[in-house]
Amino acid sequence: MLSMSDISKVYRTDLIETHALRKFSLEVKEGEFVAVTGPSGSGKTTFLNIAGLLETFDTGTYKLDNEDVSRLSDDARSRIRNQKIGFIFQSFNLIPDLDLFDNVDVPLRYRGMSAAERKRRITESLELVGLASRIKHIPAQLSGGQQQRVAIARALAGSPRILFADEPTGNLDSLMARQVVDLLDDINRRGTTIVMVTHDTELARRAHRNVHVMDGQVTDLQSYTTKPLVRPEALAAG
Amino acid sequence: MFSYHLRLALKSLRRNPVIAALMISAIALGVGMCITTLTVFRLMSGNPIEHRNDVLYAVTLDSWDPAEPKDDDHPELPPPELTWRDAMAMLESDIPSRQVVMHKTGFVVEPKDREDAKPFLVEARVTTSDFFPMFDVPFLYGGAWGDSADENPQFAVVLSKETNEKAFGGEDSVGRTIELDGREFKVVGVLDDWLPTPKFYDVNNGAFDKPEELFVPLSLTAELELPSHGNTNCWKDEPLDSFKEFLNSECVWVQSWVELPTPEKVEAFRAFIDNYVREQKKLGRFQRPLNNHLRQPDEWLSVNEVVRDDNRVLVGLAFMFLAVCLLNTIGLLLAKFLGAAPLVGLRRALGASRKAIFHQHLVEVGVIGLIGGLLGIVIAALGLLGVRQLYDNYDALTRMDLTMGLIAIGIAVLSGVLAGLYPTWRVCAISPAAHLKTQ
Repeated sequence: MLSMSDISKVYRTDLIETHALRKFSLEVKEGEFVAVTGPSGSGKTTFLNIAGLLETFDTGTYKLDNEDVSRLSDDARSRIRNQKIGFIFQSFNLIPDLDLFDNVDVPLRYRGMSAAERKRRITESLELVGLASRIKHIPAQLSGGQQQRVAIARALAGSPRILFADEPTGNLDSLMARQVVDLLDDINRRGTTIVMVTHDTELARRAHRNVHVMDGQVTDLQSYTTKPLVRPEALAAG
Repeated sequence: MFSYHLRLALKSLRRNPVIAALMISAIALGVGMCITTLTVFRLMSGNPIEHRNDVLYAVTLDSWDPAEPKDDDHPELPPPELTWRDAMAMLESDIPSRQVVMHKTGFVVEPKDREDAKPFLVEARVTTSDFFPMFDVPFLYGGAWGDSADENPQFAVVLSKETNEKAFGGEDSVGRTIELDGREFKVVGVLDDWLPTPKFYDVNNGAFDKPEELFVPLSLTAELELPSHGNTNCWKDEPLDSFKEFLNSECVWVQSWVELPTPEKVEAFRAFIDNYVREQKKLGRFQRPLNNHLRQPDEWLSVNEVVRDDNRVLVGLAFMFLAVCLLNTIGLLLAKFLGAAPLVGLRRALGASRKAIFHQHLVEVGVIGLIGGLLGIVIAALGLLGVRQLYDNYDALTRMDLTMGLIAIGIAVLSGVLAGLYPTWRVCAISPAAHLKTQ
């Protein structure tokens, strides 16, 4: 699903060069739930931005869903972000003056779907996260956990192949964090690949596999065998 | 996507109402100023007889002082008007299809049918009857006097609609009489609304004044010794004690126009006036070099500088003011758009292309421009009202029509889009990841 090989990324200013990623290589299989951990400044967010096609990189190759996305145009990257990728951010990133319907509608608008199709997807994804009854609420009328669930509904509405989550429980208390992780777990079981950046070791243990990043490189890979890897075709069959 | 972006634009304006109001006000003020000056300029620089431009000609002959030109700033130009006797000589020609010789005068009107109406002063035009068909003057009732009134004095009068309102309460007054300076004149026609702007047929006596309030036959000038109420310029030291002496003088005060429908007729009439002047030279008149002109209305308006340079400067200044307003708007838009960059970053992360973001912001600046334009029309209307209050005779120049309204909206939307291009480009150029970090 995701294959990065020798990715390097350097941020340059007039005075200094910062090597955010150095020969960063990672493989994520379809249906996996991977947690990326590491200290602040280790390159986790840079990895996630590059993986989510939000940033370009200097050297290396990157294949997403068997397509080489290393040197795509900005338009093509936007299209892939819209059709194959879902994002969940630490601070939810909902648009404050849009209601839940319109917030979830944002990625669908750029896909040129019919109004009926958009409405169906929005309703279904809000039902999945248990917020269909709040469809006309604005984000400020919801708790943090509910806002993050809306963000998840927005990410799921477009039926992405892979979900990137950046500290998805970072702004939540433990109870709400558990609810969000349970939801991610459920989404993964339904077949969506998830790559999650987190500081939370407890949360990381819920993933199939941990990837530890230090100084822009993968330093440690650890698998947790307690969780089965569920393939989408298995789900479809089951 | 347009309706979606329109909805986002309105939400965005509501999100920052103060900034939105400032931007809209800046554009409205600039557009209002531009439209005010443009309206006046457009009406000043128009040619109200454009559709007959090819066949009408103003006649000028250089009978002025041999020692110096009439106008030191334009020594090449003959006087814009003719002497009485030269104008009469023009009437002798049968080359033109129609011909107008005319001057301005004035009367006291004494309404006798209406007890409540008081005597009032009117500006009047003394003219040949061709004035009405030549200049496409519309009639509400009746028509022009007959040819016989041009040849023999007849007390016939054509009233403007306004004068007919005052004297007869707007009724069909054809056949009734009206007292002018104590003499009874028979009403033969009443004009409909007619407001040629500029007043092309006599630009030297108030180019932006309204047309005269009544019209009487030229044959009455000598008969009633009707004085000139327009510009009368004399250069020769000669006796002017009697009206007869005035009519025979070298004073210029009479306007002459001819209708020449073919190039052959133009050449023939040109030859006629040149021959006339050559004959007059033999009699000791016209001592300046031969300098006769037949000018079509558009050239006539241009030569007489109906649109003065200060009007052009005013329009230029108004557009400079608009530019200053736009610079302010650019600053405000830049602050607004970059302030909302995290939301743009979010939309980019969720799949919006640069093109979609660009379109979204262009719609927003278009909406700002449109609202600014509508407000600008109101400001322009107030500006034109102010001009009307300051200058009584500028009524004709201060009418804003549909075209100017559409131009106002066009300028405003274009201004908004121009002001928005740079801020929009800036917000589209930033990487989505950079935006997201600030969200």
